[in-house]
Amino acid sequence: MRVTKADEARLSRLLLASLDGDERAYAAFLSEIAALVRGFARRRLTGGGIDAEDVVQDTLLAIHLKRHTWLVGAPVLPWVFAIARHKLIDAFRKKGRRVEIDIDDFAGVLAEPETETASERDIARALEGLAPVQRSVVASISVDGRSIAETADGLKMSETAVRVALHRGLAAIARRFGRN
Amino acid sequence: MDTERLIRTLGKDTAAATPFRATLLRGLLAAAALAGIVFFAALGPRADLAAALETARFLFKFVVTLALAIAAYGAVTVLSRPGAALAHRLLLLLAPVVLLALAGVAEAVSVPEAEWASRALGTNSVLCLTFIPLIGIAPLAVLLHALRAGAPTRPVLTGAVAGLLAGGVAATFYAIHCFDDSPFFVAVWYSLAVAILALAGAVAGRVVLRW
Repeated sequence: MRVTKADEARLSRLLLASLDGDERAYAAFLSEIAALVRGFARRRLTGGGIDAEDVVQDTLLAIHLKRHTWLVGAPVLPWVFAIARHKLIDAFRKKGRRVEIDIDDFAGVLAEPETETASERDIARALEGLAPVQRSVVASISVDGRSIAETADGLKMSETAVRVALHRGLAAIARRFGRN
Repeated sequence: MDTERLIRTLGKDTAAATPFRATLLRGLLAAAALAGIVFFAALGPRADLAAALETARFLFKFVVTLALAIAAYGAVTVLSRPGAALAHRLLLLLAPVVLLALAGVAEAVSVPEAEWASRALGTNSVLCLTFIPLIGIAPLAVLLHALRAGAPTRPVLTGAVAGLLAGGVAATFYAIHCFDDSPFFVAVWYSLAVAILALAGAVAGRVVLRW
């Protein structure tokens, strides 16, 4: 996948608009980044039981939570790929550790780390570990596809409280992924 | 959850985030304030401060400690930003080392050889090794906390450089108290004391700077 100067300039504009609160620009930015990171991860994950999509989602969450570390005006793609590489290495490290644990703790048992890994890292299941308010808010927005305003209405909360709960919930999900 | 849904969800979380540079600068100011509080509570400036301010050796201590703090601050800034060019900022960390080496040569030329050992050993080595880490440990914690808002892809190195920064700040305060002004003393004992903080930063960074 070739990335041109024009791509870099467009992504830079989209991210800048996103930081100003433009939701559509942000969704467009994340979609483009997801495709780039997917290609990046697939090229480096041939077999080995790591799902490229897990790396993509980890990277998107990290980019989201660390978006303020992008220096306005600096190239976007080196920043994106440095984060993607960090998350890819993390995935390898966890995989290695998990396999070791499997061998030590379940000697003789036919463990299937691959399927286990995929289900463990499912964001839907990550929701289960959230504080009740955060879980309702994140589920309302992600699973039911409601807006901030609809969620606030449905849960009898202020929009500000919904935004805070959403942000904290996403941060908690990212932390949980970091630990697993 | 599929990736499309994740993107839609992330897109709704558009609360403005504080730029990392502002967070780190606030961390540095809080760190310096904490170091100042511990310094003035525990040590305070030396009695002959006014006279010391007229000597080159006393003033040079601050050239070294501030050069260390500035270089370390520059280094943690890029270490916390994924994809940023590192080499140049890490090389700047050599500035205080070079300054100290040059001052050491000057000291060796101007002081008879018989005095070298006593100047290097000084009288405050234990105080120096105790108080620079003691003044710097709370600032180190504050700096590490601020760095958690960043995205350091090298947690151990970033923690170590945060230790150098805390060490530079702590040594700047400690130097106001200490009357061992020889560059020989600074090269031996300040370096050791700062290294303790760098080591603490590296060990802590390995755990707290993961993301």
